[in-house]
Amino acid sequence: MPTVTVDGQQVDVPDGATVLQACELAGKEIPRFCYHERLSIAGNCRMCLVEVKPGPPKPQASCALPATEGQEIRTDSLMVKTAREGVMEFLLINHPLDCPICDQGGECDLQDQAMFYGRGASRYHENKRAVSEKYMGPLIKTVMTRCIHCTRCVRFSEEIAGVDEIGAVGRGESMEITTYLEQAVRHEMSANVIDLCPVGALTSRPYAFEARPWELRKTLSIDVSDAVGANIRLDSRGREVMRALPRVNDEVNEEWLSDKGRYQVDGLMHRRLDRVWVRKEGRLQPASWEQAFAAIAAADPRGSIAAVAGDLVDCETMFAARRLLRALGSDLLEGRQTGLVYDTSSLAAVAFNSSLSGIEHADAILIVGSHVRWEAPLVQSRLRKAWKRGARIFIIGPHWDTTYPAEFLGEDAAVLHDLPDAVGDVFTAAQRPAIIVGAAGLAKGALHPALALAQDWTLVRDGWNGFNVLHMAASRMGGLLLGFAQAGGIRAVAEERPRVLLSLGADEMDYKPFAGSLKVYVGHHGDRGAHAADIILPAASYAEKDGTFVNTEGRVQTAEAAVFPPGDARADWTIMRALADVLGVDVGFDSFAELREAMIAEVPALSSPGLIDLGELPRGDGSARAAGVISYPIADFYLTNAICRASPTMQRCSAELLGNADMLEAAE
Amino acid sequence: MLHDKDRIFTNLYGYQDWRLPAARMRGDWDDTKALLARGPDAIIDEIKASGLRGRGGAGFPTGMKWSFMPKESKDGRPSFLVVNADESEPGSCKDREIIRHDPHKLLEGALVAGFAMRARAAYIYIRGEYIREAETLQAAIDEAYAAGLIGKDACGSDYAFDIFMHRGGGAYICGEETAMIESLEGKKGQPRLKPPFPAGAGLYGCPTTVNNVESIAVAPTILRRGAAWFASFGRDNNKGTKLFQISGHVERPCVVEEAMSIPFRELIEKHCGGIRGGWNNLLAVIPGGSSVPLVPAEQIIDAPMDFDGMKELGSGLGTAGIIVMDKSTDIVRAIARLSYFYKHESCGQCTPCREGTGWMWRVMERLREGDAAIDEIDMLQQVTKQVEGHTICALGDAAAWPIQGLIRHFRPELERRIVERQRTYAEAAE
Repeated sequence: MPTVTVDGQQVDVPDGATVLQACELAGKEIPRFCYHERLSIAGNCRMCLVEVKPGPPKPQASCALPATEGQEIRTDSLMVKTAREGVMEFLLINHPLDCPICDQGGECDLQDQAMFYGRGASRYHENKRAVSEKYMGPLIKTVMTRCIHCTRCVRFSEEIAGVDEIGAVGRGESMEITTYLEQAVRHEMSANVIDLCPVGALTSRPYAFEARPWELRKTLSIDVSDAVGANIRLDSRGREVMRALPRVNDEVNEEWLSDKGRYQVDGLMHRRLDRVWVRKEGRLQPASWEQAFAAIAAADPRGSIAAVAGDLVDCETMFAARRLLRALGSDLLEGRQTGLVYDTSSLAAVAFNSSLSGIEHADAILIVGSHVRWEAPLVQSRLRKAWKRGARIFIIGPHWDTTYPAEFLGEDAAVLHDLPDAVGDVFTAAQRPAIIVGAAGLAKGALHPALALAQDWTLVRDGWNGFNVLHMAASRMGGLLLGFAQAGGIRAVAEERPRVLLSLGADEMDYKPFAGSLKVYVGHHGDRGAHAADIILPAASYAEKDGTFVNTEGRVQTAEAAVFPPGDARADWTIMRALADVLGVDVGFDSFAELREAMIAEVPALSSPGLIDLGELPRGDGSARAAGVISYPIADFYLTNAICRASPTMQRCSAELLGNADMLEAAE
Repeated sequence: MLHDKDRIFTNLYGYQDWRLPAARMRGDWDDTKALLARGPDAIIDEIKASGLRGRGGAGFPTGMKWSFMPKESKDGRPSFLVVNADESEPGSCKDREIIRHDPHKLLEGALVAGFAMRARAAYIYIRGEYIREAETLQAAIDEAYAAGLIGKDACGSDYAFDIFMHRGGGAYICGEETAMIESLEGKKGQPRLKPPFPAGAGLYGCPTTVNNVESIAVAPTILRRGAAWFASFGRDNNKGTKLFQISGHVERPCVVEEAMSIPFRELIEKHCGGIRGGWNNLLAVIPGGSSVPLVPAEQIIDAPMDFDGMKELGSGLGTAGIIVMDKSTDIVRAIARLSYFYKHESCGQCTPCREGTGWMWRVMERLREGDAAIDEIDMLQQVTKQVEGHTICALGDAAAWPIQGLIRHFRPELERRIVERQRTYAEAAE
């Protein structure tokens, strides 16, 4: 622990810290553009110059200089002040004066730092440089004249995303940041460069000229586009969610967000269910709440009602439905819409036990049936980190484009029983071995064989649990905690032939087996579920209600409502509550607070945010066999749920980045 | 004046053949095994004792540089020697002559230096425009391999040493040592941050020393003739012989090997036939390649040409690429052209250099015509100070110094142009 002096104040800094970090520890703010905690050090903006003794008699870039014992650092000297003014002047001479029409305005590092460290007036009378536009796809809008060449975007693409798609060409003044062939940037986290860009060179294309940051109301929320539960902030104006931005949470999403989580929000304004619909004579017709409730009561759901939870619903919605069904004398609850059946007797066996931040420390990883890049882009970035730390990664399943070297062992899940010796040796020798079973693996019965391997390789050891299941639905772990799983899966539910099927935004399921049931769809988008429904009760999306979500690790997180639901739509729990009155049963709560209280009383794990203790990893059933060619469930990364299918931005991404123009037509 | 017997580069002008047999006649590769048998530490000590300072421009003591290399590899990483033959500095042309006419001096030096720093291989990074020179060098490398002088058992010494030639792409910045390493690795030639220094983590992350062609090529001769012989030339701290490259307004521009600390007047009189139009016609001299500030005539005429002598004049010896300008020179235009060069060659990585070089060049272009205000000269001076010392590598300094030299010594000329132009326009407006 070296001790350094910052502006006369002594601070102890951790080993390996830089001078910049030492200054921050001392409470001194160091201006910077190129430096970013999660990227490699470039040292090229020169804004963080400080005076350091001992050293050459010139200012030093503090971001790149290691802090060593006895250094005397000055951040307030004349030398530092002139250096900052000089660098700021250089940054500004070729930067356009277009702040009034720049989307970064109000949240621009250059603007802010120019206010604090700039000179105030310009001495530059030559012509300013102009740079031709670069096309970077449907998400990233470029105004490259504003670029200050910090190379954060380049480093993000190379280091975090793992695709060399952005780079610098030319040199000196003519240096330009570009995708080499002016193609769209093709990876699932590309839009994070917008957050990283300290100026308005890379801004959000769908959000262009939509709002100013100071007009927006900021609400803390949780992303529902996958089971990672990325922490997000919803920025809304009036009744509209204008954009979603990642929040910092090192345990979950660091400070990244997948493009889907970021841009599906414009789907919240399209194809919304904002009134009640009842099917009459084969056609859905507008109706009133009373008519719809009367029709449900007429179907006599008592003792014969099932509920299927969709991928996007929160725990409160599922709990309200569970209470309603229980009051009606049924426990036909299911959440695994696509027909997955796996043993849920122990939730530890179906959770991501290594934790998202832990998996990056694994040194040998076996992925069984998961297209991680599409199913959980944020986990993909963790796996890339693990590889950078030296992990070897093996995959069972069809080939997909990994962003790290990985060995594909075969497409058939049965490979699990017949792994090459070399692979076994890697895992037995590994310090922190890990298995990740994906939905496609679960579909081929890989859970118990994988658990058996977990024993063979002692995946659970001191301070390490390497057994992971990677879910894809934001509601999955919450649903499993709340009993939304039948031993026989959704097939068993259909075989019970319930008179009423309550669909909680279930858009991925097959409604044909429920042909004899009255299908009540409680959801927010006119998607597959609404098309199949007999009665549609308009409900709130994740942005419009408070809710609890449990991510694939078993981490409880809460989201807050950012806006009001449109039209007649209501928060889901109020619909259950009203339905209970109509059906003459008691669900035991009259307010959201009471609902939450009741939920916590039944499932105490949901009481506080954080990781749930899911207990010991059970022993695998050695006789279980995995078999069948694995096929990944996601056909199109950008169109996986009702919200993003309604989103014009996601449709454009799908068409342009994946070439799936015909998928769009099919979705109509 | 240096006697012929004391010249290291005996075929500098290509009067003899460059190939191996002729090189051997000149004494190259003469019992190199015995040189290596002295051991790495003895070689480094000898070079240290000779007082050899790096010939690439910065003048860092060569022996000390070699001694920074690890004595043994703790983690299995090999060490490398990189020979900087990316000679792109305007005014410098000595490495070209060495490679053209005496390539085996360089190769033998690479082996000796590489052995002394325990390097596994040497990479010679040659400037892309040196096409014939690259052909010669490659042919010389092939000859040396064929003769067993380098390779698995270099000179029968049981030491494995390879030499590779790598051709540059024509970027001046790749002559900066860390940019050269990046370029060798196949990346965009941009200087790296230091620390870590190349001796710790250089080429492919391995300990690396980057040396100029001349520094490497003189090493075998120093070892053969002894440090004392080499140190007998030049003043203290500026020992040895040096290749001076005199271009510009002299009667006979040339590259010549001379003793360090030779007075400027003697150097020009003896080898270049004097200044064009006589000594009174001398305006200014850029003594060390385009990167150093110019020195006005009266200051340089009797100055000793060595590192310290030039430093005292507020300039530097650099590569000893001496650009002589007589009174017919448009001095502002000359420096403006240098500013254009630095603007063109800035790598664009760090802010002050990327933005500052363009700014400085544009102001210089206006000053050339007098199309400026007097206080813009002060502004330009401030801008050069804002670039100097604030960049990752020394290109920022190199871009700033010529302008600073101009303002320091020729400010009246700059002001005269401004005033004159204003007067012309005032007259035209009447």
